[in-house]
Amino acid sequence: MSGFPPTRLSAVREAASADPETRRRGFEALVGAYWRAVYKYLRFQARAAPEDAEDLTQGFFARAYEKGFFDRYDPARSRFRTYLRLCLDGYVANERATARTLKRGGGRPMLSLDFEHAEGELSNLPPAQNADPDEYFRREWVRSLFAQAVESLRQRAREGGKEAALVLFERYDLEGPDAAEKPTYAGLAAELGLPVTQVTNHLAWARREFRRLALAALAAQCGSDDEFRAEARDVFGVDAGR
Amino acid sequence: MKGLSDATLGHLGEVADWPDLSSTKYEAASVLGRGGMATVYLAHDRDLGREVAIKVIRLPEPAPEIAERLRQEARILAQLEHPGLVPVHDLGTLPDGRVFYVMKRVRGRRLDEHLRDERALSARLRLFERVCETVSFAHAHGVIHRDLKPENVMVGPFGEVLVLDWGVAKLSGDGDAAGPASGLVPGPPTTAHGTVVGTPGFMSPEQARGQPVDARADVFALGRILESMLADHGGPDAEGPARVPRPLASILAKALAPEPDQRYPGAREVGEDVARYLSGQRVLAHRESVFEVLGRLATKYKTPLALIIAYVLMRAALLFWRGR
Repeated sequence: MSGFPPTRLSAVREAASADPETRRRGFEALVGAYWRAVYKYLRFQARAAPEDAEDLTQGFFARAYEKGFFDRYDPARSRFRTYLRLCLDGYVANERATARTLKRGGGRPMLSLDFEHAEGELSNLPPAQNADPDEYFRREWVRSLFAQAVESLRQRAREGGKEAALVLFERYDLEGPDAAEKPTYAGLAAELGLPVTQVTNHLAWARREFRRLALAALAAQCGSDDEFRAEARDVFGVDAGR
Repeated sequence: MKGLSDATLGHLGEVADWPDLSSTKYEAASVLGRGGMATVYLAHDRDLGREVAIKVIRLPEPAPEIAERLRQEARILAQLEHPGLVPVHDLGTLPDGRVFYVMKRVRGRRLDEHLRDERALSARLRLFERVCETVSFAHAHGVIHRDLKPENVMVGPFGEVLVLDWGVAKLSGDGDAAGPASGLVPGPPTTAHGTVVGTPGFMSPEQARGQPVDARADVFALGRILESMLADHGGPDAEGPARVPRPLASILAKALAPEPDQRYPGAREVGEDVARYLSGQRVLAHRESVFEVLGRLATKYKTPLALIIAYVLMRAALLFWRGR
């Protein structure tokens, strides 16, 4: 079995489609994958106030759709996230230079983005001072990608009757790294009344699913197989929060 | 609202890449090292109760040539039995499609790290000889390493030398020449013709151009390794750049010749010339002057020479004393 999601569809390719419905679907998937990273980047790298960052985020995606920013992406020249960030930098510089008063979403129906949630994340995760802009954007993008995969995993676990695996994954892999006292397999086994082998089996399932779902989400955000492999090498097996 | 912390991101990136070895007798314990294409884990063999090392491809969907490259590396190592090569125990595929192989767990330091503490020229040259012996063994079996560099050589606690990372190794003639003559099972070529593999700075000119290579490409890389070993021998406090004896400079020049025809034909010949230097014999790559011949012979036979001179002086002193 391959590690690559067998039914993957690249949202990047869809966003450049001539078919309006496909294009809209791809565009929405990209907005869902990137808006948090864009918002946080604007807040801390572009030093925008919360309201300005919301306006700029909405405006950027509206402009991207209208002007076909993503249609012009060439996988041979850069990674998609780098391209998107450069588009964003250009958009922000342009907006600021002309000192235009931004209309939310450029007069279009606004995208439904949960800025309050993103702002809440920021208050819990103060950004490093003087962080490299590209590195900051990359880390927030990984955070968003993993959060998306965790959410999908929760849904799958609940639907598949794998609640025990989900609980263990949340306790050991999501909360564990920040806990003052790291949980142990034996401790969790005793607490949940399970043999240690079952704890490791549950965790193996949850991690495998997490990996599969994260890869599926990643594949959708890449424009080519080469880009997907390069991004996957960066995201997995290294300190993704570096 | 709480998002995933940086620590959690790092942990998830790590565990998501962790190999699922549940269907095997191995249990991964920690990461020993990470390369661009593969990660090496320290693991426990439950059946035999011993530590092993497992090399696993990092790619989620390995391109066929990458997966084949790891398989080829395992097959080559499994068929080449030599003290300078890590024995391979097993080869397999994880449930997620990633190829892995299991090998002996070896301990030691990379050559470049080891050289920081080993400054004596003769000790360094003996290490180099062992590297040449191992590579020569591979050449004799039709295998060309193609990525020799100090980082791919490990020095064990007792001075044993291991040549690692045969991931881009090539069978001579892409298998044909290596088949019956070498006893190796030929596999498909690991890289397409014209593909450049190797490390800049250690690659021979023809390898860097993506042209076909043979054992002389490894000779060039060995020359680069020798050059790095000669660069700062004698210690960090030595005044001025390290002096390279002329015979060794000639060995370097021959190994690093831009044209393959001008180089040593294989690793064995490089090692033999270095061994000649160490034992005070004439280095084939070097044309000696009369003074150098005398100097070399004087160094090689210094004990009998000293005895003869002492004897002659004693006789002369005796004759002088009697003549008075």
